[in-house]
This record gives sequence, C-alpha cells and structure tokens, in this order.
Amino acid sequence: MTENANNGWKLLTLVGPDRAGIVAEVSRVLFGAGAALGEASMMRLGGVFTIMLMVRMPESVVDLKGLLESVRNEFKLRVHVDEVSAGLHRHVDPDVQITVHGADRAGIVSEVTGALALAGLNILNLRSDVAGSREKPIYIMTIEGVAQQGIEALEQAVSRLSPDMRVTLSPIDIVRG
Amino acid sequence: MAVRDIVLYPDDRLKTVCDPVETFDAELRDFVRDLLETCETGPGAVGIAAPQVGLLKRVCIVDATKARRPVPNHGRRVLVNPEITAWEGFAVGREGCLSIPDYTGNVIRAEKIRLKAFDLEGKPLEFEMEGYEARIAQHELDHLDGVLFLDRLVSRSADLFRRKVR
Repeated sequence: MTENANNGWKLLTLVGPDRAGIVAEVSRVLFGAGAALGEASMMRLGGVFTIMLMVRMPESVVDLKGLLESVRNEFKLRVHVDEVSAGLHRHVDPDVQITVHGADRAGIVSEVTGALALAGLNILNLRSDVAGSREKPIYIMTIEGVAQQGIEALEQAVSRLSPDMRVTLSPIDIVRG
Repeated sequence: MAVRDIVLYPDDRLKTVCDPVETFDAELRDFVRDLLETCETGPGAVGIAAPQVGLLKRVCIVDATKARRPVPNHGRRVLVNPEITAWEGFAVGREGCLSIPDYTGNVIRAEKIRLKAFDLEGKPLEFEMEGYEARIAQHELDHLDGVLFLDRLVSRSADLFRRKVR
C-alpha cells in the first residue's frame, strides 16, 4: 500500500457495549465507502467494546463520522475521529519486556511506569488487567518497550520498587533470519 | 561475490518445500558465498535460507555470533541438507524475517535441538543447539520447508510464558 504525500490517515476510536458483529459491520461500511484500514487494536476493557484503528478515506468522503452514523446508532457506539500524522511502516522493535503482578491496589501503574520512565524506558505496548476474585483482586500488567538507557538501568529501577509487586524484566532478543 | 535480492513476502518461493542438494560443487560454494554476503548486509540478520534469495535448495546459514548479547553458539554455520533429529522443551521468543520487513511476532520453538547437516564439502556435521541459536536454526529450517514464522505466530499474551517451561 502506498501512501500519498499528505498522508491521509485518520485515527478512529469506537467505544460501546460489547456484542458480536461490531467489527464486521464497521469494516463493511468503511470498505463499502472505499476506505483503507491500517493498524488496529481492539480490546474489551471492563466488558466494554473498544477499538482504535487507522482509516484512510477516499477524497470523496469528507465526513467519516457521518458515514458511520447508522453503525453508531445500531450498536450504541461513541465515535471519535482524530486527524493525526499516523503512517504505516513505523514499527519499532522492542528490546525489553516487563511483567508486573500483585494484589491490586491504587498506584501500581504510576509507581512502575514512573520509575521505568526515569530509567529510560520508552513504552511501545502496554496491557493491563485486573483479575482474580472480587474479594482478592489481582493486578497484571505486561509492557514491551525500548530500554533507551540499557536494560541494567531498568533492572536497578525495578529493584527499588515496592516489594508487594512481582516484577519480571526480560530482554527481547529478536531472531531475524 | 554479490549481495542477492531478498525475496519478499508474499511470494510462492517462500511457500515451497526445497530440494536437497545433490552435488557439493563449485556452483554450491559460489552460491553460499553470495548467501553469506547477503546475510551480512541484511539488517540485524542472524541467519538466512536459500529460498530467501530465490534458490529452492536445502541450504541455510545460522549465525548466532551476531546476537546482540553473547549467546552459546557454534560460530557462523553453513548448513546443507539440515535436519533436526531431536527436540527438547519449548519457549516463546520474538522473531522477524528478512523477507517480512517491519514486523516481529512471538513464536514457540524447541529450547534445545539436535541437528544433523552437511558442510560445503559434503562432510557430515552434528550439533546440539540451545536457546537463541536453536531458534535461528528452527526459523531457517522452516524456510526450507516453505514455512514462515507468520505461520507459527502466537498471541502476545503468550509473552507471560516465554520463560522456560520446566
């Protein structure tokens, strides 16, 4: 897929009650209007459907939100469109992976990401969940990123984190062949 | 000597089961010289297989000396008609491919393998490989069977289990 000079990618965010068929219907409408889809990430967060996707419309379509009006109504979605300078072929390879788990409490993300950012971590992917039972909720987070000041700096930062969390840091060594 | 063009996905040559090498001659040696040079110039490459430059023969290079951090290895190895004869354990790890730019993904591979092959003169070789080097070998041998790491992708959440399973 080639990109035109002024890029043209929009970032579309949809949020709403989860049910089967949302992605199929949204992509059907977009494809029907001549849109191209780029990278996308869909997730259920707290039981709610969420998706963010790169969309590039043909010049004939100026109103992406308007195009999605019927889908929005049918699925009770919130629709948000950002004009951003997104583009394809911009993947960055992560070189470190961090997993965090412990009894859920307020402040875990702030403490962990704060310490890691100071030690040079650029986060590329982050996924976190609260799981376990209602009485004993546990917090689980996986992060992939680039250790801009080396992995040792991150290891030192991790060693100073509160002891109630288990934090595992492992290098990602890509086999490219 | 020449750097050859990399065959990029999608291409039927990357889906083809390659033929064994029958004769260990000057033509093979010339080809391997090119393959080595192509591997050297591939960004971040730690291995390459013949079909990635369009030759559908069972030849590949495994070079764990190029790992970013030092790992146990058997040096830069040219493997002709390689064959894995034993597998042990498994681990999730990240792979990319010269034929598939701008993408990496998680793949489950055996942690240790025993591998038989021939060198450029037709002399039999046998190695026990582990970890990173074993992963390279499995990635390259897959190429000789027309299999790409894309065919073996596992979910990113499998990251949680990338440590060795004991």
